[in-house]
Amino acid sequence: MGILEVKNVNKRFGGLKALSEVNLSVAENSVHAIIGPNGAGKSTLLNVLVGKLIPDTGSVMFDGQSVLGRTPYEINQMGISRVFQTPEIFGDLTVMENMMIPCFARRDGSFELNALTGVSKQVDIREKAEQMLIDMNMIDKRHMHSASMSRGDKRRLEIGMCLAQEPRLLLLDEPTAGMARADTNNTIDLLKQIKAERDITIAIIEHDMHVVFSLAERITVLAQGTPLVEDVPAKIKGHPKVREAYLGESAAA
Amino acid sequence: MLGLDKKDMTTLLVVAALVLLAPFILNPFPANSAMAQFNAGYPDLMQRFVIFGIFAIGFNILFGLTGYLSFGHAAFLGVGSYSAVWMFKLLSMNVIPAILLSVIVAGLFALVIGFISLRRTGIYFSILTLAFAQMSFNLAYSVLTPITNGETGLQLTLEDPRILGQTATESGGIPVTNLFGIEMRGSETLYFGDWSFQFSAGYYLCAIIMLISFYISVRIFRSPFGLMLRAIKSNKTRMNYTGLNTKPYALAAFVISGMYAGLAGGLLASMDPLAGAERMQWTASGEVVLMTILGGAGTLIGPVLGAGFIKYFENIFSKINESVLHSWFSFLPESVENGAVWVAEHFVGGGWSLTLGLLFMLVVTFLPGGLVEGGQRIIKLFRRRKADDGAEQRAAKSHPAE
Ligand SMILES: Nc1ncnc2c1ncn2[C@@H]1O[C@H](COP(=O)(O)OP(=O)(O)O)[C@@H](O)[C@H]1O
Ligand SMILES: [Mg+2]
Repeated sequence: MGILEVKNVNKRFGGLKALSEVNLSVAENSVHAIIGPNGAGKSTLLNVLVGKLIPDTGSVMFDGQSVLGRTPYEINQMGISRVFQTPEIFGDLTVMENMMIPCFARRDGSFELNALTGVSKQVDIREKAEQMLIDMNMIDKRHMHSASMSRGDKRRLEIGMCLAQEPRLLLLDEPTAGMARADTNNTIDLLKQIKAERDITIAIIEHDMHVVFSLAERITVLAQGTPLVEDVPAKIKGHPKVREAYLGESAAA
Repeated sequence: MLGLDKKDMTTLLVVAALVLLAPFILNPFPANSAMAQFNAGYPDLMQRFVIFGIFAIGFNILFGLTGYLSFGHAAFLGVGSYSAVWMFKLLSMNVIPAILLSVIVAGLFALVIGFISLRRTGIYFSILTLAFAQMSFNLAYSVLTPITNGETGLQLTLEDPRILGQTATESGGIPVTNLFGIEMRGSETLYFGDWSFQFSAGYYLCAIIMLISFYISVRIFRSPFGLMLRAIKSNKTRMNYTGLNTKPYALAAFVISGMYAGLAGGLLASMDPLAGAERMQWTASGEVVLMTILGGAGTLIGPVLGAGFIKYFENIFSKINESVLHSWFSFLPESVENGAVWVAEHFVGGGWSLTLGLLFMLVVTFLPGGLVEGGQRIIKLFRRRKADDGAEQRAAKSHPAE
């Protein structure tokens, strides 16, 4: 049994079948990639996993518990953190403040009325946030207004914020989309390092084959809302069905 | 000190000095001079400065931190006033129970209205709060007449029970509001040459409560709760996907700001024990929005400045009438004078809101951060001048050596 079990999930948008009979099992402590051409339903699947969308039928189990019918913050508190396609950070706050918020969420849960003690007195939170910034190699930017950072740094911060929550499953939606080659390689290295240092399961949606084949231990290919094949990277590369669904697209493009 | 860092402590001390010395600061002109009309050191005006300061400080906790723009906060102010007057009618003329009740009742009201309104965000939230406030106004104005005394407004009478106090004074009058015997309307005047300064008991009570309110708001701003509120304003999506439930945070901010409004309403009634429905009208809700934005939303001191600024100019501008204008423009030829007076007339007296509108437009356009931003720009300008001067001097010194 994997840490994440998706069974017979269907999702329709009006007449469009975005997901049909999706089955997926992600093994604990693995890196699992979900690939597929544009419009295959990858983001839709991710939205189902984090509670943004509710599937029409099927079940989604995380660590033996159903996530369906729970709100995004409840699912997050179960141990699933999500990195967005365009970085979602607190643009009005400093880098350090950005990093402290997930630390609070981890320590105090989804709501805590702590209105009269200073943030500066929260030593454990500050130390943890600083350590995380050191790990992310951005401690020198701690006082910076986060909105003014480069896109690569924002992505790095967002990944760090997700890790500060010590999630059991980290979901990434095209983390290198729109990035320059150097930033992409940095992100790959960062994810490799994260995987080497902690017990964490990573599910990554990615368009970029280079990223996928550098990281993934297993790959699921999604096309028109249905998983075509699931296998180890070496087998996926030469798979005729994948070439048809996926590489056909890039040949046409 | 007091759990504040140095910068916040300085801010608090500056505000404390301004508020406690207000009777001097606001009366810079000799009592009989022509400029005396610009004096503002009268007890009831100073009371309004600090009471509306409290209202705006509380509003800023909601709007400045979370970005939720309530258009109905006057409802809580009104509820606070009604509660306080009822306390004066039923219990005693001591202001403490009245103020406590006004805070509690306003808090409960805010809990209900906030719970429903916070189901929506953005403009829909604003409209919901506006709708609730207008409903409250209409209820107070007509339906709930037994509680609010409708159009006339709620007043003290000689038949009120006042079970812990006295129904009437020995001379047969209605007793006055007091703090354990200190009468709120009592005041001392200090004469100093041509100057006179008034110290009112009511003002100092309001001032001290305002300083406590301000201190609490600083603590909230610097707390983990305050950080969460700023995070809500910045990115609700990230909040949700970081395992944080934004609703109770926003609701807590809403209730706290409602309690501040109730406190302001209770103090208004403590200074002058009557309450009318007009206190709940949408114009009153709009005014606190203007105060906060004009001063600088999301800053500590902005709402205090905004409230002072609006209340000061409201008082000064509405006192200016046609004859004052004529005396100002009398140096002009008569036809020009009449024309000038005719134009200026529309911006003073009852036309003060026209001036306020213009001021507001100017500030929002040129100083989006409000008066606080204006102050910061001036300070920066001075610093740069100083730095430039320093650089020039250094350059001048180094020249001969070359
Ligand atoms: N909220 C939505 N409403 C309607 N259609 C949607 C919605 N989200 C996605 N779709 C459609 O579902 C299909 C799958 O989209 P998506 O999951 O975003 O694909 P991918 O991420 O694999 O590129 C697309 O055809 C898309 O237009
Ligand atoms: Mg997508």
